[in-house]
Amino acid sequence: MNSLLNVILTTDFAFSVLRVTTPILFAALGALISNRAGIINIGMEGIMLVSALTGVIVSAYTHSAWVGLLGAALAGTLIAGILAFFTLKFKTHIILGGVAINMFASGGTVFILYLLSGDKGSSTSLASKVLPSVEIPLLKDIPVLGPILSGHHILTYFSIIAVFAVYYLLNRTPLGLRIRSVGENPHAAQSVGVSVIKIQYIALLLSGFFAGLGGAYMSMGYLSLFTRDMVAGRGWIAIAAESMGRSTTAGTALTSLLFGAADALANALQVLKIPAELIGTLPYVATVIGLLVYAVSETRKKNRKLKSPAAK
Amino acid sequence: MFKVKYFEAIRTTAVILIALVIAFIIISLVSDHPVKTIGIFLWEPLSTKGHIGNVIEMSIPLMFTGLAVSLLFRANMFNLGAEGIFYFSGVVTSVLAIHLTTLNGWVHPVVAILAGSIVGALLSAIPGILKAKWNANELVTSLMFNNILFGVGLYLLNYHLRDAKAFANVSFKFEETARLAKIFPGTRIHTGLIIVLLLIVLAHLFLYKTKWGYELRMTGINREFARYSGMKTAKVIILVHLIAGFIAGMGGSVEVLGMYNRFQWTSLPGYGLDGALVAMLAKNNPLSVIVSALFLAYIRIGADMMARLSDVPSEMISIIQAVIILLISAEQFLKFWKNRMLLKEAKASA
Repeated sequence: MNSLLNVILTTDFAFSVLRVTTPILFAALGALISNRAGIINIGMEGIMLVSALTGVIVSAYTHSAWVGLLGAALAGTLIAGILAFFTLKFKTHIILGGVAINMFASGGTVFILYLLSGDKGSSTSLASKVLPSVEIPLLKDIPVLGPILSGHHILTYFSIIAVFAVYYLLNRTPLGLRIRSVGENPHAAQSVGVSVIKIQYIALLLSGFFAGLGGAYMSMGYLSLFTRDMVAGRGWIAIAAESMGRSTTAGTALTSLLFGAADALANALQVLKIPAELIGTLPYVATVIGLLVYAVSETRKKNRKLKSPAAK
Repeated sequence: MFKVKYFEAIRTTAVILIALVIAFIIISLVSDHPVKTIGIFLWEPLSTKGHIGNVIEMSIPLMFTGLAVSLLFRANMFNLGAEGIFYFSGVVTSVLAIHLTTLNGWVHPVVAILAGSIVGALLSAIPGILKAKWNANELVTSLMFNNILFGVGLYLLNYHLRDAKAFANVSFKFEETARLAKIFPGTRIHTGLIIVLLLIVLAHLFLYKTKWGYELRMTGINREFARYSGMKTAKVIILVHLIAGFIAGMGGSVEVLGMYNRFQWTSLPGYGLDGALVAMLAKNNPLSVIVSALFLAYIRIGADMMARLSDVPSEMISIIQAVIILLISAEQFLKFWKNRMLLKEAKASA
């Protein structure tokens, strides 16, 4: 047990929490935007996977990590656009549409990877680029905080900025107001002249954009290549984080951090010689428990409201 | 000539045709010999008795999971947990197939399969109870359970069942008594086919001829309405999860004993998610599950043959599957045509 504490109570561990939180946070912010517009995008997992591959391919062919990032973000937006087209125009069920996106992504990425590199497992033969890590001047010299907060991948900082950007977007802009009003009551929004379909299109595209950034981080930061099914459930964890964060920006960011910590803990626990197969389930167990705690408290709240005479 | 009542059938056919056309386009773009490759894709699965056997073998697990998911979808439960249960029940059955040495004859597989099915039912009940009692999103919990069950199952395989002498990540050999009998010489089609067909008929009777089946369908259409008309919807939801878990678990157990002599899945086999596709193609109708599972198995085997005999990888099929799902659940797709047919029929009868 001591050896475990020795691992956890280090700046390295805190650093790794932020490192593994990044993709979850991006996707959770995306899920937040689409959920606030009343349309649940469960294709996050697939969108991240497609973006991860696109980032690798574009950066390999253009020799620029930044163009790769742009490609990944655009690919994420495009896939979300396809989902939006089918669900909003053709009225495909949004959950089944998301399932389709995920199914397409897990096989389609392998298909394209194989065509381009002749390999079905990973993109080792593609000379893809990675985005840089950043040392922050001044901050990096502060003890404890410096080693935790400085020297991260640039997208990790982007993800933190994105939290504030999404908060501002949802709570301080006309578009944010429309997104929230469409999510809360589409008929009321429609009656005052808000185009529900248009707002949901925008929200889905934005969710794809953020998932795309998360995917780019996976293959151009977290790892420096694409491997098959590399997103490994992070898109789902992000959706759970969003729902446990009660669809608020701050809550979503905090629960993402919590799941990131569970993920990092799973890595740290390996010093205890617990089988890796069991440790790997830890983030998922944490997600189920988190969802359950949230659902139970919601039900209690609802029941209390029903019972209390003041509510009448 | 086209009647509105055939509209769903026409639309399903149209979706499949579009998906096949997209398959041809992809093959033409990728392959050096597109015509030959398309020929392999379409005809090879039906070319010999062995290949037809392959299609039917593959359709057996698809029918199990397709049936399980159909019932869940019918109750408007978006639970995709069949995947993890299929895997884990396979592990449970393998344990019994390896270690139960005293049973003989037909008792051994029956015990092993029933154990796998019951474990599946109990595991499936967890997301069901969470949904029924606290309204926890069954989609997210069931997907998390897939990963958890996979982790635990893989742990059991690697630490408790693994045969070190096999030079691969596989379990000890099953007892001969545990394996399911082959029923058609020259193929590997096993008694699981009879079991699943029987289950499908039972599910059909359950869904359309019993009170519980009626309650299940009503809960699926509108849970609030069902509740106000006096149905215990929480009970219905837990019940459908138990049944679906039982069927999916039985699928995993039957697949393991029917097709293998050792447990050897080191990743999730994917039949659970395929079950969602089968259910959608079947419009959540138990009897139609047979046809849609056979169709999916046919294009799968076609893609496998294509990957083996030509230059197009079999993963192409996942693109086709995505197209099928997107279009088959698209309410508005071809709706204009239905409206036109309605109008014409109304005029004709006026």
